[in-house]
Amino acid sequence: MKITPGAVVKGGTSLNYKTGNWRDQRPEIDAESCKQCGICQEVCPDDAVRQVADRYEIDYDFCKGCGICAHECTAEAIRMKNEEK
Amino acid sequence: MADVRVVEGSEAVALAVKACRPHVIAAYPISPQTHIVEALARMVADGDLKAEYVRVESEFSAASVVSGASAAGSRSYTASASQGLLLMTEVLYASAGMRLPFVITGVNRSISAPINIQVDHQDTISLRDTGVIQLYVESAQEAYDMHLAAFKIAEAPSIMLPVMVCMDGWVLTHSYERVEFLDQKAVDRFLPLFRPENYLDTANPKTWGSYAEGDVLMEFKYAIHKAMSEGKSCIRKIMAEMTSLTGRDYGGLVEAYRTGDAEVILVAMGSMAGTVKDAVDVLRQEGKKVGLLRIRCYRPFPYEELLAAVRGAKVVAVLDANVSMGSEGAVGLDVKSRLNGRPGGPMVIDFIAGLGGREVNSTTVRAVVDRAERLFSSGAPPPEAEWLDLNPAIVP
Repeated sequence: MKITPGAVVKGGTSLNYKTGNWRDQRPEIDAESCKQCGICQEVCPDDAVRQVADRYEIDYDFCKGCGICAHECTAEAIRMKNEEK
Repeated sequence: MADVRVVEGSEAVALAVKACRPHVIAAYPISPQTHIVEALARMVADGDLKAEYVRVESEFSAASVVSGASAAGSRSYTASASQGLLLMTEVLYASAGMRLPFVITGVNRSISAPINIQVDHQDTISLRDTGVIQLYVESAQEAYDMHLAAFKIAEAPSIMLPVMVCMDGWVLTHSYERVEFLDQKAVDRFLPLFRPENYLDTANPKTWGSYAEGDVLMEFKYAIHKAMSEGKSCIRKIMAEMTSLTGRDYGGLVEAYRTGDAEVILVAMGSMAGTVKDAVDVLRQEGKKVGLLRIRCYRPFPYEELLAAVRGAKVVAVLDANVSMGSEGAVGLDVKSRLNGRPGGPMVIDFIAGLGGREVNSTTVRAVVDRAERLFSSGAPPPEAEWLDLNPAIVP
């Protein structure tokens, strides 16, 4: 395969690279405390928070464990836990 | 009838840019570039130029805006000088890497510290390795002509790189000269609309400059190098096209002035070359076989033209308005690199000249020629670069 001038390629190819294994801490959402405000989804730099039906879920394929969601959660519903590998 | 006027060099550049119908102009003012972007801002504000003029908070942003605009398929332009050009550096490497063909005027001015606003080439030479094509001009007329050519060179499908037209601050930007302008129809014929193969489009998303590991990174870099070195023939063709359009022939990638039978050849870039030509004429009257090779296209470097011009010369004296601290001047190093190992090739001596606006006049040029001849006759290997008119008495 030839390289393209300017490394111009079709968008969205980062989906092919599951970067979640860089993580050493994982955020876990406590469904009981969550108020469904959606701040975690807004602040996630990796777009790794999804709204599924009536709750929010972390996409661990892409979450790098930065902890911004846990830091910003006003309901303190997200806790960072050490990854065990 | 031709449109001929006496204008400031900056005005000539602004009118050239206007004639190229840019979509986006982004700039931050800095002496001695300011008159160029002021003139363009006025044209846009007065409705004489239909373009988006983006006032930014820094040169980093100016370069970023024209990069983004260029990726979006817009013909884009910016200008800066000195520290401003240095602040663009990071963006310019990325722009060349993403093959974004905008045009920059690099108005030459010394680099701080100590602060100085006069001309030398340290600023644009510092951008030598970015992947941006660099053209150096000698007059306001040439600045006008080369800005028209610059867009065409940048946008050539085989090249697709930013082009910087380097012009000496004050000497060229703030002097008034007779300039012949092309009519708009001629410019439009010369420079068709910018239609890049790739452009930002929400309906068909693409990413620019995507991640490349060590297994392909060298190939991406080599592709830029190749676009430059193989692009020389394309640049020569565009220069020739300019000549047939304007009747003005600057010689292509270099201007060889009285080099035919020259034993001593001076090498210079920018407005300094005008002084050297006058000095060459006087020395010729005295029977000295002296000539000038003016480098117009510095990146890509015109090795072929260099080799042709210096064939038969005994000694080549390079006037470098820049210095790589702890080494020599950039142009001298380039000249030496290609002549290295050629049997019977000339001796190359580098002179650091004119930093911070230090005058280089015909007396200076005469001294350089004398010095070069003496060094050649001595039979000793060439010395390290010599700093012209240096006053060692005040050096701590």
